[in-house]
Amino acid sequence: MKLKGAKIMIKCLEDLGVEYVFGLPGGAILPTFDALYDSKLKLILVRHEQGASHMADGYARATGKPGVCMVTSGPGATNTVTGLATAYMDSVPVICITGQVATHAIGSDAFQEADVVGVTRPVTKHNYLVKDVNDLTRIMREAFYVATSGRPGPVLIDFPVDVSRAETEYVFPEKVSIRSYNPVLEGNDDDIKCAAELIRKSKRPCLYVGGGAIGSGARKEVIELVEKTGIPITTTVLGLGIFPETHTSSLRMLGMHGTVYANYSVQKSDLLIAVGARFDDRVTGKIDLFAPHAKIIHMDIDPSSIAKTVQVDVSIVGDVKHILKKLNRLVSDKRKAMKPWLKQIEEWKQKHPLRYTQPDNEKLRQQFIIDKIGEITNHKAVVTTGVGQHQMWAAQWYKFTAPRSMITSGGLGTMGFGFPSAIGAQLGRPGEPVICIDGDGSFQMTMCELVTAAYYKIPVKVFILDNAYLGMVRQWQELFYEHRYSGVDLGPSNPDFVALAESCGVKGLRMEKKDEVVSVIKQALAHEGPVVIHCVCAKQDNVYPMVPTGQALDSVLDMA
Amino acid sequence: MVHVLSALVENHFGVLARVSGLFSARGFNIDSLAVGETEDPTISRMTIVVHGNERVLDQIMKQLSKLIDIIHVEDLTGYESIERELLLIKISANATNRANVMQIVNTFRGKVVDLSPKSLAIEVTGTKSKVDAIIELLRPFGIIEVVRTGTIALARKLELKLSASRTGKKKSAKKKTSKSRQ
Repeated sequence: MKLKGAKIMIKCLEDLGVEYVFGLPGGAILPTFDALYDSKLKLILVRHEQGASHMADGYARATGKPGVCMVTSGPGATNTVTGLATAYMDSVPVICITGQVATHAIGSDAFQEADVVGVTRPVTKHNYLVKDVNDLTRIMREAFYVATSGRPGPVLIDFPVDVSRAETEYVFPEKVSIRSYNPVLEGNDDDIKCAAELIRKSKRPCLYVGGGAIGSGARKEVIELVEKTGIPITTTVLGLGIFPETHTSSLRMLGMHGTVYANYSVQKSDLLIAVGARFDDRVTGKIDLFAPHAKIIHMDIDPSSIAKTVQVDVSIVGDVKHILKKLNRLVSDKRKAMKPWLKQIEEWKQKHPLRYTQPDNEKLRQQFIIDKIGEITNHKAVVTTGVGQHQMWAAQWYKFTAPRSMITSGGLGTMGFGFPSAIGAQLGRPGEPVICIDGDGSFQMTMCELVTAAYYKIPVKVFILDNAYLGMVRQWQELFYEHRYSGVDLGPSNPDFVALAESCGVKGLRMEKKDEVVSVIKQALAHEGPVVIHCVCAKQDNVYPMVPTGQALDSVLDMA
Repeated sequence: MVHVLSALVENHFGVLARVSGLFSARGFNIDSLAVGETEDPTISRMTIVVHGNERVLDQIMKQLSKLIDIIHVEDLTGYESIERELLLIKISANATNRANVMQIVNTFRGKVVDLSPKSLAIEVTGTKSKVDAIIELLRPFGIIEVVRTGTIALARKLELKLSASRTGKKKSAKKKTSKSRQ
């Protein structure tokens, strides 16, 4: 039986196991939304397409399955660009389906036309323009394969309206093969042997694990490597949760706002073992001074990540889960040989712990609130964040113990990511507590999705840590721009967040004093629908430790 | 250092934009790019001349390989290869100096492809340096217009065929990057 392109698109999504579609309709995607009307796919209607792309991203990060968003041509599509770029930087499998003007009108500056394939080329892993309905099932199959395999990433399918009306037989391709795309999964055995040998010889090794290990599902293998060898482990912000931060071998996060002991350990190590991490500048500090005494082993699924910013001694291209499985067979307990090293690290841990104080009668500090959220949720909630000070404090003070529990825009640093990604994460993980730790600045970028959360009764808890500033920018202005606070004061214009939430049908709570914190958190968590918790915080507070840009990782400002 | 890269790519629309977009996005320097269909009509070959140090070149190769539409990339530098560029040049020449021009053209085994009372159009193929040389020699006569294709290249022995590349893609990336760090 012949089906219309629109129907085929929806059937493909069903056959590919899609559960939710995040989107908003418009002219060029009308036939597809019409087909969606009868489908078992659940539509989450957003209020802005950026929200749809972040929700798809949050769903994907929380579940490991691709998140799907569907929007119209032109402005609908361009509104997803920030979400696609966010997913691209953090290697998240997102499928974005955009309506497009009819093929004969492409290039004519038609109503709501934009060159979406052109616009999104640099922010997607791959993109397609469907010119013939007969290519549609193949393209959909390929798109999901490309998005989820190798180094995952967003894939966009631009779908002209006339193609969505054209008819053909529905044949779902069982197999997918792309002659020009064959990701290497198995690490080279000789390279793995070289790595094991370096590990055997090292006296001061340190593991540095990133989001790639979470993407690969390598939790068990990472834990086995650490427990077998005793090698201390630090993670990037995207790697948080791959290894329990409550474990004695955990050095917690490294980098600009990482722990002092993680950064010292990297700098003094004689062997750095990078697992699914890409030596981002926020991690390395001044690159020439990064881990100056260390030989480096780099395992990554993406060959282009290797030797991009740092030269390495042994590189292993492949899926880190596969690589670590093999490597774990070749390594042995190193605790004895590392005794002085582990003692040194323990001293650093004692001397430079993360710390804050919360005096009784002073304004709330964000560290304290996050610390309490952690305690009350037993560090087991799924946490999403915006970008800025609250994000770094969330990374420091929530102790992540499971992969896919920290959902944050690490690479692109997208303010506004936290709230919509929490909605996506909650739909992917029903029944689990999902908490958005947000800033007042970040929240306001995508707060229109309050109505979405209310309408679909998505029980996310949004803690707005309100310091009435674009706090991280203000911190930099304080430290590096002589306290000249240019364009960062949100105080005079911030809305009443509780009233705002209530007007959208979301429960609003407020906390201002230390003795309210625990009870308000508990009250929020006990509520079965979405809640916005307005946390009135100290206005001027800084995230420490901090490595100023352009400095070595051990040049830490630690004035907490 | 100048490198000649030879890439087999899917013969789709938009592939050229992906490649050129990659170069601009990553800040790589591209000297010339020539593209045309191969013996297999579903595949095009791109010959890309780039310059940069070893590290930049390593990234260019890896980033190109990463593009989904790229089937295979090889750096021909260091291999024996045949490199050619086509030049079309129109110069001022009349009855009095035409013979002088012809002498140069013959020396370079060029061909006169159009002749008018006041001008001459010449076709020359050769390596980039040969093409540069004839342009310099013709300059005194008065160049009206120059068109050149950019280099295309063919490896002499190395088999850059699809059959080989099916398994060979990203081979360079699998190779151990065991350089010392300093």
